[in-house]
Amino acid sequence: MSRLTDANLAIARDIIARYPRKKSALIPLLHLTQEQNGYVTDDAMRHLAELLDITPAEVIGTATFYEMFKFEEVGTYVINICQTMSCALLGAGALMHHAEEKLGIKAGSTTADGMFTIEAAECQAACTEAPTMQVNYRHQYRVTTEDFDQMIDDLRSGALSGDIPPHGTLGRNRQNIPADKFVGAPDPDDVTEGPAWIPVKVDNS
Amino acid sequence: MSKAITREYTPGFYEGDRPKIVTSRFEYEDSHTIERFEATGGYEGLKAALAMGPEAMAGEVKASTLLGRGGAGFPAGVKWGFTPQGVWPRYLVVNGDESEPGTYKDRLLMERDPHQLIEGCLIASYAAGLSQCFLYVRGEMPLAHERIAKALDDAYAAGYVGKNILGSDFSLDIVLHWGAGAYVVGEETALIESLEGERGMPRLKPPYFPAAVGLYGQPTIVNNVETLANLPFIAANGSAAFTSIGTETSPGTRMVAISGHVKRPGVYEIVNGSTSFRDIIYGDEFCQGIRDGNELKAFVPGGGSAPWFLPDQLDIQFESKQAGAAGSMLGSGAVMVMDDTTDIPEMALTLVRFYAHESCGKCVPCREGGTWLLRILERVCSGHGTDADLDQLLEVGQSICPGEMPHASSERLGLEAVPFPYKMTTICFVGPSAYASIHSPLTLFRDEFEAKVVPAPKRVSIPVAAG
Amino acid sequence: MSTEDTNATETEPVDAVDGDTDDADEAVEAEPEPEPDPNIVPVTLNGREIEARKGELVIAAAERHDTYIPHFCYHPRMKSVGMCRQCLVEVDTGRGMQLQPSCMITVSPEMKIDTESETAKRAQEGMIELLLANHPLDCPVCDKGGECPLQDQAFSHGPGESRYIEEKRHYEKPIPISDLVLLDRERCILCDRCTRFADEVAGDKLIHFTQRGNETQVMTFPDEPFASYFSGNTVQICPVGALTAEPYRFKARPWDLAQEESTCTSCSVGCRVVVQSSRDEILRYQGVDSDPVNHGWMCDKGRFDFEAVNSQQRIADPMVRTEQGLTDTTWSAALGAAAGVIRESLAAGGPDAIGVLGGARGTNEDAFAWAQLADALGITYRDAQFGDGLPASVLGLDRATIDEAASASTIVMLGADIKEELPVLYLRLRDAAVEKRSKLVEFSSVETGLSRYATQSIRHQPGLQSEAVNEASDLLAGDDVVVVVGRGNLAESADETMAALAAVLAANPSAKVLPALRRGNVVGALSVGMAPADDEHDGLATLRAAADGKLDVLILLGADPINDCPDTDLARRAMAGARRVISIDTHPSESTKLADIVLAAAAYGEKAGTTTNLEGRVSTVSDKVTTTGTARPDWMIAAELAIMLDIDGDIADVASVDDVTAAIAAEVPGFDGVTLDALAGERNGVLTSANPKPLPPVVGGAPQRNTYDHRLVVGRKLYDRAIGTAMSHSIAKLAPGAGAHLHPLDVDALGVADGADVRLIGQKATAILPVVSNPSIARGVVWAPFNQAGGTVEDLIDAAASVTDVKIEVV
Repeated sequence: MSRLTDANLAIARDIIARYPRKKSALIPLLHLTQEQNGYVTDDAMRHLAELLDITPAEVIGTATFYEMFKFEEVGTYVINICQTMSCALLGAGALMHHAEEKLGIKAGSTTADGMFTIEAAECQAACTEAPTMQVNYRHQYRVTTEDFDQMIDDLRSGALSGDIPPHGTLGRNRQNIPADKFVGAPDPDDVTEGPAWIPVKVDNS
Repeated sequence: MSKAITREYTPGFYEGDRPKIVTSRFEYEDSHTIERFEATGGYEGLKAALAMGPEAMAGEVKASTLLGRGGAGFPAGVKWGFTPQGVWPRYLVVNGDESEPGTYKDRLLMERDPHQLIEGCLIASYAAGLSQCFLYVRGEMPLAHERIAKALDDAYAAGYVGKNILGSDFSLDIVLHWGAGAYVVGEETALIESLEGERGMPRLKPPYFPAAVGLYGQPTIVNNVETLANLPFIAANGSAAFTSIGTETSPGTRMVAISGHVKRPGVYEIVNGSTSFRDIIYGDEFCQGIRDGNELKAFVPGGGSAPWFLPDQLDIQFESKQAGAAGSMLGSGAVMVMDDTTDIPEMALTLVRFYAHESCGKCVPCREGGTWLLRILERVCSGHGTDADLDQLLEVGQSICPGEMPHASSERLGLEAVPFPYKMTTICFVGPSAYASIHSPLTLFRDEFEAKVVPAPKRVSIPVAAG
Repeated sequence: MSTEDTNATETEPVDAVDGDTDDADEAVEAEPEPEPDPNIVPVTLNGREIEARKGELVIAAAERHDTYIPHFCYHPRMKSVGMCRQCLVEVDTGRGMQLQPSCMITVSPEMKIDTESETAKRAQEGMIELLLANHPLDCPVCDKGGECPLQDQAFSHGPGESRYIEEKRHYEKPIPISDLVLLDRERCILCDRCTRFADEVAGDKLIHFTQRGNETQVMTFPDEPFASYFSGNTVQICPVGALTAEPYRFKARPWDLAQEESTCTSCSVGCRVVVQSSRDEILRYQGVDSDPVNHGWMCDKGRFDFEAVNSQQRIADPMVRTEQGLTDTTWSAALGAAAGVIRESLAAGGPDAIGVLGGARGTNEDAFAWAQLADALGITYRDAQFGDGLPASVLGLDRATIDEAASASTIVMLGADIKEELPVLYLRLRDAAVEKRSKLVEFSSVETGLSRYATQSIRHQPGLQSEAVNEASDLLAGDDVVVVVGRGNLAESADETMAALAAVLAANPSAKVLPALRRGNVVGALSVGMAPADDEHDGLATLRAAADGKLDVLILLGADPINDCPDTDLARRAMAGARRVISIDTHPSESTKLADIVLAAAAYGEKAGTTTNLEGRVSTVSDKVTTTGTARPDWMIAAELAIMLDIDGDIADVASVDDVTAAIAAEVPGFDGVTLDALAGERNGVLTSANPKPLPPVVGGAPQRNTYDHRLVVGRKLYDRAIGTAMSHSIAKLAPGAGAHLHPLDVDALGVADGADVRLIGQKATAILPVVSNPSIARGVVWAPFNQAGGTVEDLIDAAASVTDVKIEVV
């Protein structure tokens, strides 16, 4: 099951309609398909190509540029441990070492039960709260080894399932543009006039 | 006037008793809600803008000399004026792809006060005649997505966004768009490529100045989140109120994130030009000094790509021109502080690794040179390097940034400062940043690198071709 | 051979511009005080004043003034990306010298450019070192070695030594990305040329950059190969050996190749090429940039069908039919036999008992010599087509050039899918549409390669094209409208297309016409004398006469009616009905097998002369290799027969191909400019002129389709069973095979699975084909590719019928 479900297809069509050119919806739709399947499958990329009227090669070309897209199964919880300077100054290396020991895997791999993937990550924009990590991109600040162990236990027990959705889900709510308020996104080639609120002026060019 | 800030709801932010422009609502736990926003003067700037008309509003922004807060520091009002006459449609793209190492301000602005950003987008679009706005938020910030999505839904429902805003002829859609993990997309032309669904590879300027040839080839204004967050204040209070804060050349405030070995790392809104690095690092209302009573060894003054400063530079004001003359830059407003326990080569390695990893692959010097620098530095840090490798680092860098590289002065080394900027063979700053983040530590702390290497064996050079 | 030669694509446009400047210089001399030319931008290049052109890139201006700036990603026929950074030079626009990529900067007045400063040289050396850092340096086993821009520029602009001692990037060594192209990612320097070509030029975005940064690579999507008709161009423009072509891999070293410029005759676009050979065997074609024609590009069929010339199956010697069947003989015996049957026939039935068909696969000289011979003998049954194209009257209209079509305000497409039939014309017209120079209005019964680029793509049932045109006449207005007219449906009478063309011209009498006739030199053959005098003596009429037993001798000039005439039944009956068949051909075909006398003909690449493309442009073809066996050019055979038949005239007197070329210039109306001198001086060829003649009246209109029937469309694919393709093993396998393409709902209505056999029942025959569900086909229409293995849809076609309706049954 990796093409978009009917429900997600409806969301996809909504998203596509917000852009003057369809291909702009590619990254949001890749997120959508990753939310559905946990990772981005070949079939999903073919489906997106159909929806956006582009080739699958264009889809994979864009998708593989961005780190958040995974092309094989990853853990339910992807734990990104920041390794960049601010965190490195405050023990990111030790935290990573601890994480690897605790889960018995190396960075870049997934536990046998499919629960956890750990990754060495780059700056997460939480530098004052070093060392930081993200669990499915949810920030965790000033993480001690004890915090890490507690987090793993809580994730295993399901205690955090309300706070942290499975890998693939970003925002748990989406923007909804009401049809009666939507201005529309015409292709720029079809627009010849300036916006209504701008007084018409002599064209200098 | 201020309330105690608890880290539970505003991690890392410290308010202080200073004029505030963009963080004025951070004291409220519910600052991201439309109710709080409206109750605290929210959307008054929009109403003021609609009342004065687009040209007057654009004039106010120009008069405010509001400088872009993304790193380049170009006046926003002037940038808007670069759009060619009579070419429609024009777009607004909001750069919320904050990922410069050490930088941590746009995320707060998006999470804590999304309506302020939305209002900024509305004012900019109204003033510059932009007919659609795309709010590009870094992918790894789901809380910002959730808060902005909710804020947009509320703003649409309340008539602030969408068709005929507040009953006027001003109509604008703001579309929340999200990235997927690529630092280079913070560069404005790469941001546009990414928004077009492409690989986020920068375009060369010229010809691709976004204001002239941007999204879908149309005139496009790309503004940083913090820049736009200033607009509601300017619209509501007028440019004079804005320029009364800060200095003449850089009015207003800036958000600065100070991280690393300080007692109270945090994000602060500071008044431009009135604060020195010493104030920031040691001041009571800021970071309160180095942790554990240690000594300051060095600091990065403007995000990971900035050449490093030494204690020699502590008394420089947090101001672009002064930082530039001293051999670095303020960039995105991020200071990373290192105490005397710091392993300098290891820290340089984290930055070189970052920039090598984040190369988009377009320009050869960055794609090949960045990784080459990383390989050599990894070898050095793991104890397998030679002294020749250290020179090699500098020589490889010459293919990325030919000529003299900016660096700070050092009394200890008897070094004069080389002012910013550098020359570059690449389109954007990712490649040069990889080099800057090894060049400056290696120049200022060569002894620490030399301690890790052994003498190089003599190598016989056999030319393979006549030049 | 030098790099400059193989990279002719890059130097050519510069040459063309050169010519213009010369003219400008002359104009300046003629006028004592000239106005400053606003199109000239004075700049300083390495200390000397030069005149650049407005909007010109620094790299192009420098190269035009003999200053070569090293580069990899820049290509004059594609948009600059500034990716490789190799072309960095110092440029001063008033703010001091700055390093800038010269492929991205356009000249401005008073600009100072230094391509050789210390800073520039250092940057260029640095780029080479960085590019070589991960390059495997496996030059001794690399096809590109010896003609490799990276190798050459490492030598000319590199530091001479590398300091890179790290491990290089590793990838699986060459992986096939299509049936024709292999990719070695280790050699790739990520210049974006192939990917830009696939996107910008071909519109086949099947290869793309994937991954990021140091791990960036060019790749296809899994299981979706780079199946582009233009894939070979990526091999040619690859500045390293990352892309190699399967047919050429490990065949030769560049320095072992000898080459001559020529023109491709695989179709009638007339792409300029170089033919490269080693040890008297053709090994490769490369595109040459002809500004009015192909811009350096070729299609893969044109690029790789030289394999047919080298085929072991070539007819090497003449043959005559004996009790043992076709038997090798001497030329004198064969020519004697041919002269004998012709003489007998003339004596018995006069010239009306002889028909000559073909000529479209040969040179102008071949067709002219045969036309002269036919004239001398009084033969009127003659044609270069046999119901597979359009009446020759289409050549008498006000003809457009390719450039005119590609810059027209509106391009009207009637009929043929030019992506399948005239691929490089497709590139030119696609570019016009994509770059928004032209509106594209298409009338077609099925989706074509251009449909997705069309402003309006109008679908009509076969037989209703002129009605569709009449209904859409408001789209045809405008000053410079060009109609591209071809034969889109072989199961529909050419009259339907001609009626539609007449309707377009009635709606817009100023429209020019670009005849999209497909066969290599069909326009040349028709122009120099192989056109029929009237409908009663055209190709179909000739075949009918033969079928009715009225022809004593049928002479086939590289013609294979059984495969090439849409009405195969008529062709078979003609071959059976003609008393004698003389076939002059290069390869054995179903038609040569039935011939009585087979004369071995020289193939393309083996014979010199000229060819005429669809716009009437005459350019040279060269005899790069010697002929197979004792084969000889058709014109020579005609000349020898003329002598044997005691014909008193020019044709018997020619001593060389140049004599024939000169005779064409002297005798053929419109060809007077096509002199040997003119051809030698103009590699882009010489345009012939034609006196416009109005179209003879034609009546289109087909009967109503019975709703139980499907109306048949038979169209061509680039790869089919035609000899040139079938005898080229690399591309023969790319033919899609037979099939009956139906709308998915029509497939559902039949209740069969995709791929199951169905029976198509026509008026005179039935054919069994696998069904293909294809959403681009309109309901009620069945589309089948022409001349494919695995089906006999051609049996259903009746040349006398206006359209072909079929019933479809489950087998």
